[in-house]
Amino acid sequence: MFQVQRTPEVHDVVVIGSGAGGGTAVKVLTDLGHKVTLLEAGPMLDPSKDFKEHMWPWEVDHRGVGPNAENYFGKDIYPFGYFLAPNGFWELPGEPFTVAEGSSFRWFRSRILGGRTNHFGRISLRFSDYDFKPQEFDGLGTDWPVTYQEMSPWYDKAEEFIGITGTHEGLRSAPDGKFLPPVAPRVHEQLIQRAGKKLNIPVIPSRMAMLTKSINGRAACHYCGQCGRGCRTASAFSSSQAMVFPAMKTGRLNIISGVMARELLIDSSGKVSGVSYVDKATRTEKTIRCKAVVVAASACESARLLLNSKSSQFPNGLANGSGQVGRNLTDTVGHAVSGVIPALEGTPRHNSDGIGGMHVYVPWWELDKKNKDFPRGYHIEIGGGFGMPQIGTFRKVAARSEGYGAKLKDDIRRFYGSQVNFSGRGEMIPNEHSYCEIDPAQVDQWGIPVLRFHWQWSENEIQMVKHMHKTFTDLIETMGGHVTSPDLPADAVKAVSVGGEIIHEAGTCRMGDDPKSSVLNKWSQAHEVPNLLVVDAAPFNGNPDKNVTLTIVANAWRAAAHLAEEITKGNV
Amino acid sequence: MENTSRRELFRIIGGSLVLSAAGSGVLSPALAQHVHAEVAAVKSLSAGPNYVPKKFTRHNFLTLKTLGDIIIPGASDAGAAEFIDFLSSHNDELAAIFNGGFGWLDNYMQKTYGADFLNATSAQQTELLDKLAYEKNRTPETAAGVHFWTWTRNMVVDAYYTSPAGVKDIGYMGNGAMKVFSVPQEAVDYAIKRSPFANEG
Repeated sequence: MFQVQRTPEVHDVVVIGSGAGGGTAVKVLTDLGHKVTLLEAGPMLDPSKDFKEHMWPWEVDHRGVGPNAENYFGKDIYPFGYFLAPNGFWELPGEPFTVAEGSSFRWFRSRILGGRTNHFGRISLRFSDYDFKPQEFDGLGTDWPVTYQEMSPWYDKAEEFIGITGTHEGLRSAPDGKFLPPVAPRVHEQLIQRAGKKLNIPVIPSRMAMLTKSINGRAACHYCGQCGRGCRTASAFSSSQAMVFPAMKTGRLNIISGVMARELLIDSSGKVSGVSYVDKATRTEKTIRCKAVVVAASACESARLLLNSKSSQFPNGLANGSGQVGRNLTDTVGHAVSGVIPALEGTPRHNSDGIGGMHVYVPWWELDKKNKDFPRGYHIEIGGGFGMPQIGTFRKVAARSEGYGAKLKDDIRRFYGSQVNFSGRGEMIPNEHSYCEIDPAQVDQWGIPVLRFHWQWSENEIQMVKHMHKTFTDLIETMGGHVTSPDLPADAVKAVSVGGEIIHEAGTCRMGDDPKSSVLNKWSQAHEVPNLLVVDAAPFNGNPDKNVTLTIVANAWRAAAHLAEEITKGNV
Repeated sequence: MENTSRRELFRIIGGSLVLSAAGSGVLSPALAQHVHAEVAAVKSLSAGPNYVPKKFTRHNFLTLKTLGDIIIPGASDAGAAEFIDFLSSHNDELAAIFNGGFGWLDNYMQKTYGADFLNATSAQQTELLDKLAYEKNRTPETAAGVHFWTWTRNMVVDAYYTSPAGVKDIGYMGNGAMKVFSVPQEAVDYAIKRSPFANEG
């Protein structure tokens, strides 16, 4: 048997997970004077050691392939490249999940302080008014118990704290916020803006969580373009550096890293009384007692924790009287097309690094169009420019070029900087076939039952991907370029990203006014358990074409502020 | 500052982060630029004549160096052969691809020209490589060498363009620190003039 150690001390609030949601809860609660204990499944983060910002590929013998040539053989030890921030894995040794027959699903999990915010794309888009009321808008999906008007001040707070670039455009599909100055569009981005003008597609300054001026004690960006590697100056937002580290200085935050939450414990009144967890290094079982728990382990991990917290009071899992925990699982609809633009070949060289990622993007532009093949929409993310050469950068041009010697060198020189990429990021409407549940027959290495995923794209998403493919092709051809990606397959569902692959899982503990059909109330508080909150993307009633992080932060901020009030009033 | 080691610089940056979190200071662009420049200053990547290959015979290693320079002139100085040897010493599958390839290559050259690859004339070397490189020239006799050729070519390309020489050759000018990001008008004009938008003003 495991040795169970008890801590008699009762903590104010335990937060489980330190990504966008957990980091926000930690920041808000400690700022308001509450004592918080943070449980993190991974290790602590040390940016000066863990981030590979500024490194050239030749500084390591393997140049970034991996010390055992892993990436050449499709092995996934560095999911997005050796130089990226320690971020997580598609497969975690000893921590499996299962996928039901007939489904495909990939599950990216972070195990480090700050979670996925250490490396995420930092695209920061507000949801629109209709995103909160989708059923009212077109009859599909479920309305949120909050409106855009209610969320807007929390978006303000989030943006003013994080620091987000942008411009006021007055578009319903891309609500304006509190923006820092935008960054000048690169050469290829200016060509794309011209193509967009011809095609009536708006190409506007991107909304990114990088500081174009110093705010809140964080340095302004120095435009090395390496945000994905982790930013040592914290000029690109991460919850670890911007939220958790400062909270440590308040003296009100206690961090327990390297632990896996097993179960939430309840008392006879049905409230959460503590958390049972495994200390991974010593394999000891521990419990921590507290007045309230904020779960922010990522949508699917949070659902897993609730479903695994069974008791006589909650036989179907904690706060799961509605049966909705694990249901309504969504991810973003992804599809990408690349092309080569001859006009860009031989462009005079200059430093085009800028902020990591795009300087302009395309918000959804056909909101008011009638007779579409699919409801809702997508935004377009843009890639291109003179990036730092990496392993594989010239694989495609080398394959096309065939030759060797001076000819190959010339071809590569000409090609460099002439490629553009378009990635569609579209809305998936929740469906009854996409959900996660506890696998009845498998546990992980800690003995915690694992998740089993069910997944199905609907006709909506398939039609959307066809629209993406045509739009990206039109953009490339309008610039005088040609597409280098494969044609859309006859069976277009094959062109949709695999569920989970875009790493925007949401919706497993949806919020609502009716406890019969929702898990959480409008404050992300469990209907059945008032001192239990879930503040990652699990509360989302849908997955609009806006990337989840900014809304996770805004919603978590609102929820944590409400929890603080309730604690002060003695209601929790 | 000139004598500050890279490790020391990273320590300074780590320190700045702590300071900035407390609101009392931020990392200056000048310091960031210094860090980038320090990190960029490295010596030649070729290990020189005394290098002892980890996984290949001396003969095969020299063959690889020659092949590398034929594929991308300058690849040898950029450490392409050392890169492939290093990874082959850590990955048996890769080692088998290369050692098998060297064996095939010299055997083919001996049979066809009476000399191994290194000792063949450059015209003979080119004659074979043209059969491997271009789809239209491939014959059943050279089919077995294509896999090795593709691996060699891809890894030589990777090694060269992840070296200072390769970065300079294609003209990557980043990995530095800027106070303001701007795009040279000359570069914009160049691309617009060559694009379908040339006459739009």
